[in-house]
Amino acid sequence: MSILGQPYLPHTSEEIEHICKTIGVKSVEELLQVFPEELRLTGALDLPGGLSEQEVLGLLTELASKNTSQNDISSFLGAGAYNHYIPAAVGNITSRSEFITSYTPYQPEISQGTLQGIFEYQSLICQLTAMDVANASLYDGASAMAEAALMARRVTRRGKVLVSSAVHPEYRETTATYLKGTDESPVEVGYCANSGVTLFEEVEKNFDDDTACLVVQYPNFFGGIEDIQALAELVHSKKGLLVVVVSEGLSMGALRPAGELGADIVVGEAQSFGSPLSYGGPYLGFMGVRQKHLRQMPGRVAGQTLDTNGRRSYCLTMATREQHIRRERATSNICTNQGVVALTCAIYLTLLGKGGLMRLARLNMAKAAFLKEQLAKVAGIKIAFTAPNFNEFVIKLETDPKVFLKALLEKDIAGGLDLGRFYPELKKHILVVATEMNSRAEMEAYAAAAAELLKT
Amino acid sequence: MDKNSKIENPAEPLIFERSSAGRVGVEPPCLDVPDIDDASFPQGLLRSDIEGFPEIGEPETVRHFTRLSQLNFGVDTGFYPLGSCTMKYNPKINETTAALAGFAGLHPYQDESLSQGALELISELEEYLVEITGMDAVTLQPAAGAQGELCGMLMIAEYFKEKGETRKKVLIPDTAHGTNPATCHLAGFDVVRVQTGQGGVITPACVEGLMDEDVAALMLTNPNTLGLFEENIKEIADIIHAKGGIVYCDGANLNAVMGLMKLGDMGIDVVQLNLHKTFSTPHGGGGPGSGPLAVKGILEPYLPVPRVVKKGDKYSLDYNKGKSIGRLKAFYGHFSIMVRAYTYIRRMGPVGLRSVSELAILNANYIKERLREDFHLPYDRTCMHECVLSDKFQNEYDVTTLDMAKRLIDYGYHPPTIYFPLIVHGAMMIEPTETEDLLTIDSFIDAMRSIAREARETPALVKGAPYSTKTSRVDETRAARTPILRWIEQ
Amino acid sequence: MDFPQDLKYTKEHEWVKEEGGSVVIGVTDYAQDSLGDIVYVELPSEGADVTKDEPFGVVESVKAVSDLYSPVSGTVLEVNDSIVDSPEVINDEPYGDAWMLKIELAEPSELDGLLSVEEYKNYIEEES
Repeated sequence: MSILGQPYLPHTSEEIEHICKTIGVKSVEELLQVFPEELRLTGALDLPGGLSEQEVLGLLTELASKNTSQNDISSFLGAGAYNHYIPAAVGNITSRSEFITSYTPYQPEISQGTLQGIFEYQSLICQLTAMDVANASLYDGASAMAEAALMARRVTRRGKVLVSSAVHPEYRETTATYLKGTDESPVEVGYCANSGVTLFEEVEKNFDDDTACLVVQYPNFFGGIEDIQALAELVHSKKGLLVVVVSEGLSMGALRPAGELGADIVVGEAQSFGSPLSYGGPYLGFMGVRQKHLRQMPGRVAGQTLDTNGRRSYCLTMATREQHIRRERATSNICTNQGVVALTCAIYLTLLGKGGLMRLARLNMAKAAFLKEQLAKVAGIKIAFTAPNFNEFVIKLETDPKVFLKALLEKDIAGGLDLGRFYPELKKHILVVATEMNSRAEMEAYAAAAAELLKT
Repeated sequence: MDKNSKIENPAEPLIFERSSAGRVGVEPPCLDVPDIDDASFPQGLLRSDIEGFPEIGEPETVRHFTRLSQLNFGVDTGFYPLGSCTMKYNPKINETTAALAGFAGLHPYQDESLSQGALELISELEEYLVEITGMDAVTLQPAAGAQGELCGMLMIAEYFKEKGETRKKVLIPDTAHGTNPATCHLAGFDVVRVQTGQGGVITPACVEGLMDEDVAALMLTNPNTLGLFEENIKEIADIIHAKGGIVYCDGANLNAVMGLMKLGDMGIDVVQLNLHKTFSTPHGGGGPGSGPLAVKGILEPYLPVPRVVKKGDKYSLDYNKGKSIGRLKAFYGHFSIMVRAYTYIRRMGPVGLRSVSELAILNANYIKERLREDFHLPYDRTCMHECVLSDKFQNEYDVTTLDMAKRLIDYGYHPPTIYFPLIVHGAMMIEPTETEDLLTIDSFIDAMRSIAREARETPALVKGAPYSTKTSRVDETRAARTPILRWIEQ
Repeated sequence: MDFPQDLKYTKEHEWVKEEGGSVVIGVTDYAQDSLGDIVYVELPSEGADVTKDEPFGVVESVKAVSDLYSPVSGTVLEVNDSIVDSPEVINDEPYGDAWMLKIELAEPSELDGLLSVEEYKNYIEEES
């Protein structure tokens, strides 16, 4: 064998010889005789040859250069993935290898950093959502919603899951996939064509004695702010649960928390808190629940305890809900979760603090309000829905958005998401976001370019 | 140092306890547009406070989390032989490439013309994994191994549904990871346990006896969690296939066979991989991972959407659902983890990848050989990339695996995986990986032998460990009896 | 380990004490010892029906879960809520304060099939 010079393999040929001798084989090949002969590969894998570190960096830099970062254009794309500023200190701390290169904290005595970080993250999520308990993370907002629907079924011992069609389409698809193992498919309730929020009457009509929960997004996929309190009252009157999904975590810095408005499970996506867009992942699914439903909550959880010297310390706890102990009767199959992304979230939120987060959220609202006003003035653009917004809203054109968006892109403006791909009835609609990354000048330029393009 | 001069080191405060009302952290930029008018929103819509939220400022935040990091042990701190977790060295170049602005700054919904490099990388990584596993197609969408498992089992369910068959059972060996039965339940199957045979592997006879037309799949891990190669795999796969079943392999232990064998040649129809194990991406204290799923042609139509397709030299995303199970998460998967794994594969090349598995096996067998006198070996055979010992000898002195694991911390090592697999009483599962040199491994062996001696001579010493950590043994019973899961203002 | 003479036992490691037409049940010293520190108990409510050999509740330690199987069929007359609040009592006093349910027997003849203390001790020996 020729391992010398292979990256990350520190063995010298003397060491290999020594190892072989100790094991009692002449060579590695002899050791590999344990594999059935007909299965052993004779040739090498058909893969490109190994590269030096410098060469591999060159290669990857070239691949990266075939892409365009959102920060190299004016972008108004949101829809579940948001371009926010990441303070320098976030990356500086999360790149510490004590955090990155450790495993799940199964040995608490040498994992207090990870464990206390999770405990703080759980506490922050509880404060933001106004819920009693939070878990240590789930994969992303979409799978968190699916887990919430399954949890609601366990809590209520009912089968049907009602989902508003104003929930992120990919979140709804994910929930449908997760429900495939049951006899149920999610049942959708529509949104109001005028206001753009979930139709109360449809919920009332469809929420029957076998319905476990209603799932709504807050703000919803169109950026509209749902009346959580009214929906909670309705759902509770039918002895079901209200699951609230938040896909733009930052909205929790400005809007009344769903926990205060009667939600029973609050889940969502916290990518906005310090994670780069990274072409869709890894992001961060969070979940907050009521104390009384704690034992049905999926995912890991860190708890506070004492060590033998009476010092405050932390460990993973209530593990009997989880797959490694309860196996087929576990609350979920999740094992690896989002570890360092949750830590990133905790660091981001701590850095901004209460004042910083609330001001940033408000600033996002102001930016979106300004852009909405600018675009509303453009001939050929209408604001599609009347409900109040956080940082996202829908515009309606008189023409095909594809042509419009393509033309904007030539001016280095990503004008938003063409909603026709998800909603056949919204073929002329575009979902637009504004964040702190969009300057006034950029927004004015968008409106000007739109006016130019839509000029008749 | 004089004992009296030692100052009791207090526990690190929580961020909430370090907070002072009104202190400002990182400020958002100045408002360059008019502020919102609160009165224009319905009453009760806006939030007036976030109760208890920290107000610390940047310097103390940085110190707090830096101190927390110092309470952790990682692969970069020392040897981390955590069985079944493949805690190999995480190359730093992976972090550099993943952070390139042309990857980190991409919005998942940006126009495909702006993401050609990303799609090319995904497409090529899929091809590499197809080649490594010997399967026909790969999806990179699953977020972690367990989600990859779910993806595979849902696809199997869909496959039988399409054929008009209602198979309800999945055979799972008793050495399996807990995720396997949990996944099967989630996908709507009932679990049937396959008992491990005398030699530490499952036998064709046992599988034959359990296999019938109601069994959808056999779900096994190869090498299994005892660190042994399921040598009858081909024959077992034939038994499953003869009755129309599917063979699912949990690829958590791919690090033992990469470049040496292809799972596809063993009769395996579907396997999930863990990029955060075999392909060197960091574990991040429990994530994020990435759990690609590789399948044979018969299952390809059921893969999640979107799929990356290449037409001419243009890449695009195909959302056409066809027979697909749908999607498992928003967007396309853990892209930045894919960049790291891609970087690793390009760096290693075919020769490097094969050497990885060879050295992983060599290291594990060396440890097994040198610890056999001091520790009980429940299955004394050539192992793969990990070996399983037990505390049978030490139980005589009332010393358990847990005690020895904690004592190992004092010697500067992360403990192995303990009490797993469940079929070995007091199991210690040691996976050294290929990135450790002889000196590290010899020092670890010395520590283990020293602990075995302490167990005989001074058992109380071992039972009180660890002594070297800031936190002594943690009371997990107390944590579970009265759960405190968040900070609450006193 | 302690196994009182006046009790009957099951292979699922529960004890049964006859009190007229009803019985009191709990888990044995052997059960609590093999589980380790018990951290959680789930019991049925008063008035619930239990069936012989069917699960009626759950006990958990930090790293294990065990179903509780009813030794008899009948209706739950009383539930010992104090062990739900302080599950450690099961470790300390498995036969005394840690009784779990008082059950009104539906089928008194079921008691005949239970193990005597000697039979139970032999069974444990074979098990381990």
